[in-house]
Amino acid sequence: MTEQADILVKVRDLHFSRGSRKIFDGIDLDIQRGKITAIMGPSGTGKTTLLRLIGGQLKPSSGSVHVDGHHIERLRHRPLYQLRKSMGLLFQNGALLTDLNVFDNVAFPLREHTDLSESMIRDLVLMKLHAVGLRGARDMMTTELSGGMARRVALARAIALDPKLLMYDEPFTGQDPISMGVLVRLIRALNDALGLTSIIVSHDIAETSSIADYIYLLSDGKVVGQGTADELNNSSSEWAQQFLQGRDDGPVPFHYPANDYMTDLLSGLAK
Amino acid sequence: MRNSIENLGHKGLDFFQRLGRGNILFAHILIGIPGLFLRPSLIIQQVFSVGVLSFVIILVSGLFVGMVLGLQGYNTLVKFGAEESLGVVVALSLVRELGPVVTALLFAGRAGSALTAEIGLMKATEQLSAMEMMAVDPIRRVLAPRFLAGFISMPFLAAIFSAVGVNGGYFVGVGLLGVDEGAYWSQMQANVDYEGDIINGVIKSFAFGVVVTWIAVFEGHDAIPTSEGVSRATTRTVVHSALAILALDFILTALMFGES
Repeated sequence: MTEQADILVKVRDLHFSRGSRKIFDGIDLDIQRGKITAIMGPSGTGKTTLLRLIGGQLKPSSGSVHVDGHHIERLRHRPLYQLRKSMGLLFQNGALLTDLNVFDNVAFPLREHTDLSESMIRDLVLMKLHAVGLRGARDMMTTELSGGMARRVALARAIALDPKLLMYDEPFTGQDPISMGVLVRLIRALNDALGLTSIIVSHDIAETSSIADYIYLLSDGKVVGQGTADELNNSSSEWAQQFLQGRDDGPVPFHYPANDYMTDLLSGLAK
Repeated sequence: MRNSIENLGHKGLDFFQRLGRGNILFAHILIGIPGLFLRPSLIIQQVFSVGVLSFVIILVSGLFVGMVLGLQGYNTLVKFGAEESLGVVVALSLVRELGPVVTALLFAGRAGSALTAEIGLMKATEQLSAMEMMAVDPIRRVLAPRFLAGFISMPFLAAIFSAVGVNGGYFVGVGLLGVDEGAYWSQMQANVDYEGDIINGVIKSFAFGVVVTWIAVFEGHDAIPTSEGVSRATTRTVVHSALAILALDFILTALMFGES
């Protein structure tokens, strides 16, 4: 297989702005097929935005995003929706449909996109729910679920159509240690068992590093580090070291840019 | 001075941008409607939640509006010895104006606000976004069935409002105030024109159905995805719908009854 064919998502010289604020300033990423790639960086670096650009929900200001050979921002409505059938996105809060119960949420994509009989859909849904350990919760309403359970149901829904690419938006945020452990194992197990390609956007270093095959570090709209977890831990990049060790000061300053402290205080006295 | 001109400019631009977005959304909804006929269950479900659940408020309001019309109409007509025309007054007021207009106003308050809040919250909780990523177009799956349900429900609700109102007028006029029963019904039958009055009333309620549901689904879809944004969108739905209904009613009335 050529190197090109091994890459499922290819991002080149991506620029994206919201109003006057630059979110991405020329980033390049390659997401390898069959691997778990993590995108890490501080809050507000546009990690979620990146997933939306890959999913075609946003369009870049310039640069390109290719998914499975398709230039995603040039796709028209129908082919884009066709391509999305082979993608899954796990939203941070699960984004389950609140008027449906757990079973119907997982059945939703199957009912929308296939002509399968109800008995077949039932079997498939139970299999997906079993995979995330929630077969017994099939009749619960989404409002009855804990945060961790909601994410697992959303995961079952995201794999309902057996996608090639699964994207996780901050899957570990706000999880208790048990839910966190469950999710970490599930992401790795699903990726390997179903032959998926996974992208995890997160700033939970320990959990993400433990399952990611390759990691990109983003800051200020640029890729500031990349490699395996070991490579990054041994990297000489000050930024990478600050982020991975959680130091409060370094290339990312503790203080938001401001005037000189003393001048600021004295200017109050002058008034 | 400069600031106020700037503000006015911003508001003007904002208004036209929203109008443009509203029209684009309307076009997308219309494109999505033919596909719905392959899945009638989606329409039926929404007709239930938009139309059937508005039934009680329409029924009760129609009864009281009819009773008030009976009372007021009688008090005025009796001065001229024309109380036998009460049936005509009640029926024409309801079929031509109050039926479609009050139903649409109540519908905007009951169903329109609920539609906006529901769609706005679906947006705020990323349910619409999740649908897009599941390759399900939320405009076709969520907005179009709700729009069609509003369009279908409104004329039925207006017809029920008018029918109950006529009976409310009968109860007060004939039952309590002693107007002749035969005169009440026969004058109504003789003077209410099928095409000129009833059909025009139905056309009005179809038009109000389009406008109110369009405003409601647009406001929900266009809402800022925060609790404050959804609450403001819900308020806007009721206010804009009410203004649109009354303005449109004047235009339609002028076109339908202006020359007679």
